[in-house]
Amino acid sequence: MDKRLERILPRVQKPARYTGGEYNQIIKEKSSVDLRVAFCFPDTYEIGMSNLGMSILYHTMNSLDYVWCERVFAPWGDMYDEMKRAGIPLYALESGDSLDAFDVLAFSVGYEMAYTTVLDMIDQAGLPLKSSERTALLPLVIVGGSAAVNAEPMTEFIDLFLIGEGEEMNNELLALLRTAKHEGWSKSEFLRRASRIGGVYVPSLYEVSYHRDGTIASFRAAEGAPERVLKRVVVDLDSAPYPTNPIVPSTEVVHDRVNLELFRGCVRGCRFCQAGYIYRPIRAKKPETLIRQGVEALQNTGHEDVTLLSLSTSDYRPLAGLCDGLLEYCESRSIGLSLPSLRADNFSMEIMEKLQKVRKSGLTFAVEGGSQRLRDAINKNVTEEDLLNTCAIAFAGGWNTVKLYYMLGLPTETDEDIIGIADMAGRIVHCWRENAKNKNRGVKITVSTSCFIPKPHSPFQWEAQISREEYLRRVSLLRASINSRNVIYNWHDADTSVVEAVLSRGDRRLGPVLEEVWRNGGRLEAWSDYFDFQRWMEALDHHGLSAEFYASRERRTDEILPWDVIDVGVRKEHLKREREKCFASELTPDCRHKCSACGALRLMEGGKCDG
Amino acid sequence: MDKLRLRFEKTGRAVYISHLDLMHTLQRAFSRAGLELKYSEGFNPHPQISIALPLSVGMSSVCEILDFKLMTEADPAQLPVHLNAVMPEGIRVVECYEPVHKVSQLKYLEITGTFEYDARPVSEMKNTLETFFARESIVITKKTKRGEGPSDIRPAIRSIAFAEGKDAVLLRAVISAQEPTLNPTLLADALRQLSPATEPDFAQFERIENYLENMEIFR
Repeated sequence: MDKRLERILPRVQKPARYTGGEYNQIIKEKSSVDLRVAFCFPDTYEIGMSNLGMSILYHTMNSLDYVWCERVFAPWGDMYDEMKRAGIPLYALESGDSLDAFDVLAFSVGYEMAYTTVLDMIDQAGLPLKSSERTALLPLVIVGGSAAVNAEPMTEFIDLFLIGEGEEMNNELLALLRTAKHEGWSKSEFLRRASRIGGVYVPSLYEVSYHRDGTIASFRAAEGAPERVLKRVVVDLDSAPYPTNPIVPSTEVVHDRVNLELFRGCVRGCRFCQAGYIYRPIRAKKPETLIRQGVEALQNTGHEDVTLLSLSTSDYRPLAGLCDGLLEYCESRSIGLSLPSLRADNFSMEIMEKLQKVRKSGLTFAVEGGSQRLRDAINKNVTEEDLLNTCAIAFAGGWNTVKLYYMLGLPTETDEDIIGIADMAGRIVHCWRENAKNKNRGVKITVSTSCFIPKPHSPFQWEAQISREEYLRRVSLLRASINSRNVIYNWHDADTSVVEAVLSRGDRRLGPVLEEVWRNGGRLEAWSDYFDFQRWMEALDHHGLSAEFYASRERRTDEILPWDVIDVGVRKEHLKREREKCFASELTPDCRHKCSACGALRLMEGGKCDG
Repeated sequence: MDKLRLRFEKTGRAVYISHLDLMHTLQRAFSRAGLELKYSEGFNPHPQISIALPLSVGMSSVCEILDFKLMTEADPAQLPVHLNAVMPEGIRVVECYEPVHKVSQLKYLEITGTFEYDARPVSEMKNTLETFFARESIVITKKTKRGEGPSDIRPAIRSIAFAEGKDAVLLRAVISAQEPTLNPTLLADALRQLSPATEPDFAQFERIENYLENMEIFR
């Protein structure tokens, strides 16, 4: 270990996150590989090590014998300052080598607030920030992850983006890069050829011009580059790689457990939900596969918990059988099984009892809207009756904490809808009084609200976000309407939501803004410790841009949107139709009841959508 | 099955794993090795596993002691092999046996240390250190649960010797492990407080061996 590092580590918080050496880390002989990949996660170790996508791709990239992929995370502030002071560059955990030893910096970016950290990590690697200033082929700086569905704000800094699922695409790209390195191609030659790999978006091959009002006038692809980049998906999840020997952190991380992914995509079509559209089509794993992989992973890691991941767990058809299969292994070993994201409408006593056998956690429901009219408008198929029925069963079963999540500022929301949130919480308290077995323990209902952020590739991608002031007015209204002391109300601040709204639907002109925010110290801004709203507003201002243009402006449906170049499968016509139905408070049945021909199926040749 | 004892090393990158995280890490290693730990009875069952003397973050050791109980019979001689196959880097089980002594009998720790001096001659520092630690009492201000207070660390040092290393002064000492417990970092703290000119730029320690009151090796 670096001598300088040895002196620093005893002084920083949780030093084990900066050392590597965990069980199941992958070590290779440097001289035996052709490409060294620094897999960079632009947030802390604790967050990155909880990320299933990162774990899967670490293993798929390392499955290539000519590649050694290592992990890099962003150091927390104390470590960051110590490293700067001692002149220690950012390094990868496995080898401890600084990033200048690597051929590829591959970032996994899942949220907008990580953008400035990406810039910071490029800088800490000793590289020029801008793609155009890095003239050599290597190191190549690439980005994948769900934030890439609108890559535009980051395009100035990144050589190429990977759109969609990386299991196959990453390795195709690495194979091409290996050839390029051997044959000494120029960077532009490599990028041109890479743009022909399905799912690869090379922003430098596209030219954007703007109207006077700031909207896009044209978006032109260079000769040979695809007009639109079609998202890549894995067709068969059962045969897709899933690491049953993931790295076991030696220090606490956010989700310290075995993660089993039940399916990708979502049958629900909630109109506010970007994830519900960008991960389509729906592809499920067989319960046999999941049980086998789960047991293997538990044996190989020694974890005490396993959790079932998906966008809507209770929509997994063989859920009961899967739980039985897993519990058979888990129960006798005191291993906990947890299911996040259950829906209030088909939550069954059966499933609940199964979980109760091992450990009992609180109930969480994402209700989103305060009235049936609004929930219909956003296509959130939860009725108050369902919710109360579920709660009644839960209270009778001994549960006494319920968390309810809502968004304020959804399209068509009125004050009546907001007061409806308070009313609903009150009725849940009443439901507890009528059903609880043991009333001595009391009941705790937590209501949380966040400010709605319209996202690209969702039916609300044209919508305006409400202003900060309006959000705070709605918060006050709700606060005043809650009058039960069993109900606790938490609200997220609006400042981050405004910045997120700007970045998520931003265009290329935001590049210099990101750079300025980073130069003024912006990094790890998903953490309130480091987020600075004023810094963003000033940077926008310096570059003649406004938050309102991006966040609170309704787009015309014929406007060229910055992310139109990315085709996630779902057709724009479908999104428009869904938006119209919102205004008419009209429901769209879930994919299982009736396929609404969203278009995502064309991503899978010969595949079948499990909707 | 009766109580078993492990002696293990915690060196290299593993020295930065905190005590609490180490307990967790070891529990998972047992689970990976297919060794089922016995759980306590009661409302909130926890595995019966305990480390004799918690080790500070940053300090290495070749003599850590872990007591545990298993659900089923196991051959102690085979346990190190099974456990070492599933350990993170830097943690290595040396042996496993049925405990001979009680943890409360563990009285002394033999430690080594390196005091690094970036801009001061090692030979000169060695002499100053020898003189300093030859004092009859070394009273430092120590943080305790009840706030700060004076404390004489000298009685907790049974023996201490210094030697010249390449870029550092090397230390070897036998210090009190329990009642009172002397954290080796206090040796460097004492210099900072009482003899700042001798305070090293960096100090590192390693536990070497555990002893009983009569200097017999603790087993």
